[in-house]
Amino acid sequence: MSRPLELPRWIEWGLLPLVNLALALGVCSAVLAVVGLPPQQVFTMLFKGAFGSAAGWSYTLFYATTFVFTGLAVAVAFHGGSFNVGGEGQAMIGGLGCALVALSVGEHLGQQLPTDLAAIVVLPMMIVAAMLGGAVWAAVPAVLLAWRGSHLVITTIMFNFIASSLMAGLLVGPLKAPGSMMVETVAFPISARMPGMHEILQGFGLDWPRTPLNLTLLLAMAAAIAVGFYLTRSRWGYELRTVGFSSDAARYAGIQPGRQQVISLLIAGALAGLVGINELAGAQHRLMLDFVLGAGFAGIAVSLIGRNHPLGIVLASILFGGLYQGGAELAFDLPGFSRDMVTTLQGLIVLFSGAMAMVSAPLLVWILNRVGGRNG
Amino acid sequence: MNPAVPAVQLRSIFKRFGAVHANRDITLSVTAGSIHGLVGENGAGKSTLMAILYGLVQADRGTIVIHGKTVAINNSRTAIALGIGMVHQHFLLIDSMSALDNVLLGAEPHWRLTRSRAVVLEQLKVLIQQTGLEVDLTRLVGELTVGARQRLEILKALLRGARILILDEPTAVLTPSEAEQLFVTLRQLRARGTTVLVITHKLKEVMTLCDAVTVLRAGQVVFDGPIAQCSLDQLAQAMVGRRVQLERPDVLKATPKGPVSLAVRDLSWRDPQGTQRVSGVNFDLHAGEIVGIAGVAGNGQSELLALLSGMFRPQTGRLDIEGTVWNSSRWLDPTTARRLGMAHVPEDRHRFGVVLPLPLWESALLGYQRSRRFATAWGWVRRQASRAAAQVMLERYDVRPAQLDLQTSTLSGGNQQKLILAREAMAPEQLPKIILIGQPTRGVDIGAIELIYGRLRAMRDGGAAVLLVSSELDEILALADRVLVMNQGVIVGELMNEAVSEAALGRLMAGVSSLTHAGVQAVP
Amino acid sequence: MDDAQWLSLLASTFRVSAPLVFCALAGLLSERAGVIDLGLEGKMLLSAFAAGAAGALAGSLTAALGAALLVGFALSMLHGFACVTHRGDQVVLGIALTMTAAGLSVVLAVAWFGQGGQTPPLPNTLRFLPVWFGQNSLVYLALGLVPVIWFFLFRTTIGLRLRATGENPAMVEAAGLSVPLLRYGALAINGLLCGLAGSYLVLAQGANFSPHMTAGRGYMALAAMIFGKWHPVGALGACLLFGFLDAAAIRLQGVSIALPGLGDSMGVVEIPVQAIQALPYVMTVLLLAGFVGHARAPAALGIPR
Repeated sequence: MSRPLELPRWIEWGLLPLVNLALALGVCSAVLAVVGLPPQQVFTMLFKGAFGSAAGWSYTLFYATTFVFTGLAVAVAFHGGSFNVGGEGQAMIGGLGCALVALSVGEHLGQQLPTDLAAIVVLPMMIVAAMLGGAVWAAVPAVLLAWRGSHLVITTIMFNFIASSLMAGLLVGPLKAPGSMMVETVAFPISARMPGMHEILQGFGLDWPRTPLNLTLLLAMAAAIAVGFYLTRSRWGYELRTVGFSSDAARYAGIQPGRQQVISLLIAGALAGLVGINELAGAQHRLMLDFVLGAGFAGIAVSLIGRNHPLGIVLASILFGGLYQGGAELAFDLPGFSRDMVTTLQGLIVLFSGAMAMVSAPLLVWILNRVGGRNG
Repeated sequence: MNPAVPAVQLRSIFKRFGAVHANRDITLSVTAGSIHGLVGENGAGKSTLMAILYGLVQADRGTIVIHGKTVAINNSRTAIALGIGMVHQHFLLIDSMSALDNVLLGAEPHWRLTRSRAVVLEQLKVLIQQTGLEVDLTRLVGELTVGARQRLEILKALLRGARILILDEPTAVLTPSEAEQLFVTLRQLRARGTTVLVITHKLKEVMTLCDAVTVLRAGQVVFDGPIAQCSLDQLAQAMVGRRVQLERPDVLKATPKGPVSLAVRDLSWRDPQGTQRVSGVNFDLHAGEIVGIAGVAGNGQSELLALLSGMFRPQTGRLDIEGTVWNSSRWLDPTTARRLGMAHVPEDRHRFGVVLPLPLWESALLGYQRSRRFATAWGWVRRQASRAAAQVMLERYDVRPAQLDLQTSTLSGGNQQKLILAREAMAPEQLPKIILIGQPTRGVDIGAIELIYGRLRAMRDGGAAVLLVSSELDEILALADRVLVMNQGVIVGELMNEAVSEAALGRLMAGVSSLTHAGVQAVP
Repeated sequence: MDDAQWLSLLASTFRVSAPLVFCALAGLLSERAGVIDLGLEGKMLLSAFAAGAAGALAGSLTAALGAALLVGFALSMLHGFACVTHRGDQVVLGIALTMTAAGLSVVLAVAWFGQGGQTPPLPNTLRFLPVWFGQNSLVYLALGLVPVIWFFLFRTTIGLRLRATGENPAMVEAAGLSVPLLRYGALAINGLLCGLAGSYLVLAQGANFSPHMTAGRGYMALAAMIFGKWHPVGALGACLLFGFLDAAAIRLQGVSIALPGLGDSMGVVEIPVQAIQALPYVMTVLLLAGFVGHARAPAALGIPR
């Protein structure tokens, strides 16, 4: 994957993402205008729906949690110079892993031990299983890249589809809840459920609306911090970044680019796998088919506009979470508005921050030089 | 075509690239129907001059006259239309297509490929018969030998009506027998009236092949005339000789050499394309000496450094270093090399020596990121210690600006080089015992050069063994105690102390003489 | 299965493969010129919507077809602008196009037609109906385009130049030709072919557009192109194979095979339809890993020259 331009820090981290976001919003406004929806009104209602109430905030943060995981999954791989498009599949298999643990060990321990005690054992196991699932799903394309030179983007896209078929096959067959028409498993035992935020806050005496927001939010924050430390403070992060910037310099320094890329992809897969903890253990409490719903691709947008930096990703995830939540509310309130407006915006963000970065960035620098020149 | 009218006349050609004067007031004349050699070291300006002639680059000032007509050559299409063809050093061919298709690309006579192929095939058959350039046109280019590919490139140029053929370092990738064949072909081309311009640094070839020769040095013409009027020695002197300030300390005595730090035996390496780049290299490196490897760039020196530093693996060879032995089945890697006390300042500093987008203090870690000094056993980077060490490096080696968080790319070439040298000298836990260093002052300003030379001498005096590769003869003469000369992957000579002179070196570098002819006197 | 069932399966194969063939040929042309196309899915989807919308609004088959071709062409020109003129990342652009097209098609459909994102069903007068042996004319067009594209690529000089652009653009430039022009040309045809693929879905296979109706076909076409080793005939073969698997998957549901050691006590296993659905993708991965022969992509593919 091509490397971004080297720009002055404040442009790269501050101005450029905002400019790209503005361009994407601009095109969206045009689309809204074309379909007869006043952009101003739409954006205001969107904002209110996302951030205007406690419930709105909670939903926003719930979606953001998922995006943090998939965004980090793209970013970690990107720092090593590879493009991980397999977030969808990795998240699915991660969810599968956590569900398998929930329905086997969780069920077993839940019967033997008191709920709280069981949860303390089962939930970490589920987290590990989710990470393992995602990592395993990323491992095959990663190894094929390092060993046989197979194109990573194509293999990961193929693996997304294979994961989808695998899930469908399992959920229609062996994992299906008996006696039910729905394509999903039985519900997870209580001990295999992540406590919801409203429950936790209630324990502190705070009254909070009941939403899917759950403890995984903290896990996501921890993951973001951990990734940040891994990239900037650890020796492996240094080696990975060196590989991403210059595989020649890496070889000079005794670093093996292939190995670093594989490791980064395993970590990326593990991060994507954690989506399962948020969506399944935290909200749905069962394994179902479409729980990822494009989060993998949203992760690409999040990572691009967040400049592949953990903090940027967190902020971008909150933005996207807000868009999803606001979009959902709008879809109810405003006839003619579709949630897919958010998907379109996502695509446009990827377009401007990713594909057309070579267009907007130099243009921006040129404009700034002109303006600076006149004032200077 | 009137043979009296020169095929090519260049008058007062000037070309600058920023601060570099690639061509300065170049005037030369090439007789029609002759083989003309253009000789010079790397950076002498020959490539630029030919690029101007072929339209890839435009001269700042000057006139070009082709067959008596003053012309402006703005792109390669114009050049081709004027009858100028060029065979580059790195062939522009597509391996997966047939030789025939490669030739006709861009000059197809008909929109239907089969018809185009038939027409061009006939034309080529005639050409092949006339010139003797045998190539199997039906084979895929990937299956052809290097010599055949070159013949194909020549055919390509001739098919487009080239009457002036420029060949850039044509024998660089050929075996001796293939080179002989090429000379036969070129003579045949001359016989049918084609003018041939050969860019080369191999003086022996010039003497055997060319009718006239122009020698360039530092962008200017230093010799221009028929071969009959010059000798090999003259050419060698012209090519490399210059007023050299020998910045050697007055003490010219034989410096007592320390024990052998590095012993290289029978080292050979072939590149993935199959060309032998390093052949049976043998030498010893002693502690407390600077050994310079002189030679025109491209004769295996870069590959030698890459092999010794652990970045390449040889096909044959043996390395004795610090009591350990390495051979082709088990070769060292860069990390092991560093652990054995070997430091490496790479020739191409941008690609290998630093990581340009990273801040200075992180570039100062490159290669040493695993040492206990900079990282804990758990893999945590010792940020404080690393930054402190980097700060000391910047100060000790006068790197400016000395700001740890500045992007490495913002530093000038000289400062980057100082940083790399600082790192290689100071980052390891102990002083390095062996230092491999390539082109240390390429693109570096005078002040930095002084500092770098001073530090290298200090390291040598401190007992380190320094292997210096440089295509700058000044540099070799200024620093080295002992000089090895590489030509075509082989060490062709060794000169010590008094025997080290420009002329002797020049002859060795130009491949003119070997050890026996250089008049080496071993220092008693 | 008796003869009638085999014939029916064969007919289904062609019907299912047709859009794949259009897309695979499109991808092939672009990639042979050195430009990666991961936007096949998006181009096909938005073209499909254009066909459905134009057909419903303008009431004419020509309008529907024209709209689809125009949209495909426009998206490919955007592809060229970002990647050829401005050397943008080709992979990211393909993903961006697909994401945007997926969203935009539904947004416009919902806004203009309601009905949860579907366009109104088109009457038979505005569709391509079966004309011969139960197949509609677009299927024959798809099949017919294969030799045409083959001839174009391998028997014309423009085709030679296009292929050279994907192998060694530096050589093409040195020969005095324009690499961007050749690439834009390839993308132009690519866009039109994707438009045909999209119109097939709405004007032949179905009768209207529904959200995400391409269902990954664009990626399957990409897989077929790779499996066909970037050759028109190979791509056709792969598309037919994948189409066959798709058509057969439904029919094999409920069918069991004997695999001793697995399944129930008799060693009989019911083939999950999902396994067959995953086969094209698994096969492509195996090919990319070099286990099923050697797939050599154009040498300069993806390098923004």
